[in-house]
Amino acid sequence: MLFLHAPIAVIFLYAFTTDDAIFSFPPPGLTVDWFRVTLNRADVWQALGLSLRVALVATLVAILLGTLAAAAVYRGKFFGREAISFALVLPIALPGIVSGIALRSAIGIINVPFSFWTIVIGHATFCMVVVFNNVLARFRRTGRSQIEASMDLGGNPFQTFRYVVLPAIATALLAGGMLAFALSFDEIVVTTFTAGQQQTLPIWMFSQLTKPRQRPVTNVVAVFVVALTTIPILLANRLTERTVE
Amino acid sequence: MTEPPAPAIRLDHVSRSFGEVTAVDNVSLDILDGEFFTLLGPSGSGKTTCLRIIAGFDQPDAGRVLLHGADVTQLPPYEREVNTVFQDYALFPHMEVGANIAYGLMIRSVAKPERVRRVAEMLDLVRMPGLESRRPSQLSGGQRQRVALARALILHPRVLLLDEPLGALDLKLRQQMQVELKAIQQQVGITFIYVTHDQEEALTMSDRVAVFNVGRVIQIGSPAELYEHPASPFVAGFVGVSNLISGELAQRITGSAETFSVRPEKISLQAVEQPSPDGHVSVKGSVRDVVYLGVHTRYLIELEGGGDLTVVEQNRDTTSMDVMSARGRQVRLVWDPKHNRRVSDGGGAALDPAG
Amino acid sequence: MQATALGARLQRPALHRLGTFIYLRPWLVLALLLGPPLLWMVVIYLGSLASLVVQSFYFLDPFTGQVIRKLTLSTYADLLTPANLEIFQRTALMAAAVSIAAAILAFPWAYYMARYASRRAKAALYLAVLLPLWSSYLVRVYAWRLILAKEGIVTWFLGALHLEGVLDAVLRLPVIGGPSLSVSFLGMFIVFVYVWLPYMILPIQAALERVPKSLLEASGDLGARPGRTFRHVTLPLALPGVLAGSIFTFSLTLGDFVVPYSLGNSSYFIGQAVLSFTGTAFNIPLAAAFTVVPMVIMGFYLIGARELGAFEAL
Repeated sequence: MLFLHAPIAVIFLYAFTTDDAIFSFPPPGLTVDWFRVTLNRADVWQALGLSLRVALVATLVAILLGTLAAAAVYRGKFFGREAISFALVLPIALPGIVSGIALRSAIGIINVPFSFWTIVIGHATFCMVVVFNNVLARFRRTGRSQIEASMDLGGNPFQTFRYVVLPAIATALLAGGMLAFALSFDEIVVTTFTAGQQQTLPIWMFSQLTKPRQRPVTNVVAVFVVALTTIPILLANRLTERTVE
Repeated sequence: MTEPPAPAIRLDHVSRSFGEVTAVDNVSLDILDGEFFTLLGPSGSGKTTCLRIIAGFDQPDAGRVLLHGADVTQLPPYEREVNTVFQDYALFPHMEVGANIAYGLMIRSVAKPERVRRVAEMLDLVRMPGLESRRPSQLSGGQRQRVALARALILHPRVLLLDEPLGALDLKLRQQMQVELKAIQQQVGITFIYVTHDQEEALTMSDRVAVFNVGRVIQIGSPAELYEHPASPFVAGFVGVSNLISGELAQRITGSAETFSVRPEKISLQAVEQPSPDGHVSVKGSVRDVVYLGVHTRYLIELEGGGDLTVVEQNRDTTSMDVMSARGRQVRLVWDPKHNRRVSDGGGAALDPAG
Repeated sequence: MQATALGARLQRPALHRLGTFIYLRPWLVLALLLGPPLLWMVVIYLGSLASLVVQSFYFLDPFTGQVIRKLTLSTYADLLTPANLEIFQRTALMAAAVSIAAAILAFPWAYYMARYASRRAKAALYLAVLLPLWSSYLVRVYAWRLILAKEGIVTWFLGALHLEGVLDAVLRLPVIGGPSLSVSFLGMFIVFVYVWLPYMILPIQAALERVPKSLLEASGDLGARPGRTFRHVTLPLALPGVLAGSIFTFSLTLGDFVVPYSLGNSSYFIGQAVLSFTGTAFNIPLAAAFTVVPMVIMGFYLIGARELGAFEAL
């Protein structure tokens, strides 16, 4: 337990240290000054903005495609049903570097320039499975008869989706979406290969690891990243827990 | 006006298979308007698939479904004037009871005040007045059952389908609901098609019963007909307990080796030394097992010369002590030969007395 | 009757009729649901993987620095230099060591979660494992760099206990040692185990949850002592979970470059090598060929794991 969570506390502590280069422990003094410095750094804001936009769009794409795939797999037996789940899990089961370099090499072969969209495509690909798993589990728990009941009572397929299916999977969508968001916001390996010169927040942090400009700023950003990824996960967990009960 | 009215439901040579398995095999049947009709059969006999084909959840591979004379085979479920009570009730968990019952009206854009009025009416009908704002999760199994019934009845369907609706309830509640269902059916006058594997339930409620086995309809008839004149050993065994007698013993009793059945309650037990009444069949045996069931006692008798028969006797004057001590005793089985039923030729007719 | 039914059908709104048109054709429903995600996965992802393999058969002209789009094996010849083989070996060894260590650490935790924890405690523990699995991977690595640094907590802590000598002795060891914990294989190993541990705990826990309590009681009934029950019943049943977990730990270690970059020395790992080929050398064919190796390793691993039933535990 300590092993898993103490390191994050260390980052929080270091975000307030007055030390600005070598991070001795225990810290010589505490200050909130670095938060002010970070707020004035344009590069941080730029990276944050890009990360948020990428995560948002990738999540939306993942929700749409993941839900469709889950519905298809749930609906019926068809040739290659197992293969779908397998294909979807590949992007997170294979080493990230494989997915990354694969996308990078495809980008190279078809000669498209790196852009916001190359990052989004990469992220959506590995986020899909998260939504897929969540929604499929919900479908399985909900059962088929509610859909049939709606149609039996006169609801056409669109009405049935609107009044029965959507409310039933809403929290699963939200939970899956939030996990996907956290996953995307935090991703670095695939992003390294699909981003070109642009910097998402993790890439910015990584560059600071090797060539730090102001180390304490990195700490502050790290605290921020922890918050932005932890909160959606906690919410997603609450959402799925409550519907289980 | 000589033509009889069209049946509420007509299945016309309907077949449906899933891969290798033929679930419904060339089934034809007519269900009359206002009938309480039961599809009875063991699991996997095709009764539920038939119901789903009538509801429109499943499409037959061959054959037609006619609803009051109109071919609905190609219509989706939401365009059929047929509603269903599901085995697991299938209430919408995110809606209150009122909204669940009003669902069909909401889809049909019925005005709010009208909806509220009709929901209240339905809740009265199923004897749950005032529970509109409960959530399905706050209801007991029996209450959910009633809500599901109200939700299906509010649209005044031409036919109501019930898929083993009492399966999840305990025995007492189930018996109470059987009576209530029948009463509601008579009150609203809608054709009920009821699927069950429970023969007692089928006999209790139905006007007519269709017995299914491996995708086919084996026999259609009133509960009394099925019980008194089973058309096959399967029906004899599935509806009630049957005692099948065949071979040498049958030869001795009826003069023919053909299999026949005699219901356990038609047989009486006597002491061996007591003479049998004139014209009655008399067979000797010993009591192998006794099951005391309160109202009555079930005896398993091993016959002299092979074979077993089940005999049921009312515990009018006997106590459990008396009946339990019967084990191992030699007895004489006596019954009127008019209760012998031939089952092998599908006729189910009474056999002539031996001779 | 038939006429009115048809008439009613024609008067319905277009959306309703479209719904019915689709509903009555199950293959169309399937195509509409499955089409978009399938197209995405096949075209974008599997397509990319294919292009990766193709790319690995191209080669980089050493004089012009241009990628020559002709299929040759020369890139693979470049791949099989002793230096590169050493990189594969180093990475695979690290991945194996990390997987084993993670399994050993994860098992008691998962066992406790599955067997002894109350419902509430289980939910809390589950969340405690889930959080690091989904969040702030980079931050965690970064935190460890601070912890293991020469001036960091570990040094301070051991100093406070007057055990500096132990640390120095460990760091003086060949291969796993280094100038400080934050620049050594030992440090890397610790961080790898730390960041991938949740991926091991969850599948093991899931596998253990699936072992019915009655089975353990049955084994006890039949006279097996707890130790025997554990060895002959629990362990074999948990094995698919361990394997499923090791798919992640192994695969993630094989492909990672963040940890080696942050805590490693000049001996490359696969991830670093690939990154440097794409980044500075622009030798995409060689980078591609480099990743084909872990792909093949993982391919065999996945097939083996599937045979042993690890997929049910995912």
